[in-house]
Amino acid sequence: MTAHNDEPATELIRRILGGEKHLFHDLIRPVERSIYFLLFGLLKNEVEAEDAAQETAIKVYVNLRLYRGDAQFKTWVLSIARNEGLNRLRKQVSRREDSIEAQTEELDGDYTPAVLTSWREIPAEMLERKEVAALLREAIEGLPEIYRNVVMLRDVQELGVREAAEVLCISEPAVKVRLHRARALLQRALAPKLASVAPRRKGLMGWFQ
Amino acid sequence: MRIDCKHVWEHISAYIDGEVDAELRAEIDRHLETCEICSAVLDSTRNVVVLMADDRVFEVPTGYSDRLHARLDQELKLNEPDEEK
Repeated sequence: MTAHNDEPATELIRRILGGEKHLFHDLIRPVERSIYFLLFGLLKNEVEAEDAAQETAIKVYVNLRLYRGDAQFKTWVLSIARNEGLNRLRKQVSRREDSIEAQTEELDGDYTPAVLTSWREIPAEMLERKEVAALLREAIEGLPEIYRNVVMLRDVQELGVREAAEVLCISEPAVKVRLHRARALLQRALAPKLASVAPRRKGLMGWFQ
Repeated sequence: MRIDCKHVWEHISAYIDGEVDAELRAEIDRHLETCEICSAVLDSTRNVVVLMADDRVFEVPTGYSDRLHARLDQELKLNEPDEEK
């Protein structure tokens, strides 16, 4: 997304603050899926993520005057969502086996990828099979939090490096390093599983260009 | 300069995102031409990245949007955005 995409958001905000409150629905609609996915990535629970998404939307509304337009509207909203999610995680922490601190440590060491020459095609049609989507979700949900968050923002929601860095309050190089490790972990976890369900077809190499 | 497999793996994510410089990209491409293992790793990593971006992987719960906007309706009726602090 580029900055000029935010002009409609800025105009909508001006009108909402001018009294046309109902326009808030239009303002939040383009980002509501992203809010949910970010929160689901943090909370890993559908019901909790939905509840947190509603709270986030309300906080965005209540604090709308604080949006200055110096970040993209979507980035600003996702930062609010992230704070909401982190607050909930902190409350849950005593109930969880793995503390937030334990999950924020970077993994060290080399990684060895899964080498599988039989799964080379891009099997987009594979996703018509629900088990494949489920495998991907499970693998992402199984990542340590710091990697999961980056993957949800960069690869699932396709935010840019700068936007992801802003939402997560980390540097752009840190986004890249974490994304690299996350993808490596996912490749290692998924390649063998997906290869076993992938159609053995040749001739789709054009996909890789 | 010849680069080894491990060196290629270190840059796979940046390579997929088009963030390696031209010189390194050329070195990696040269390596990939002859290394079946690294091309397989690259392809499968890229497959994972492409699949993750598909809308069918993560879906919002049924009725999510309706419930969100119903809740917002209540809020909008009752409250105004906060005044400037």
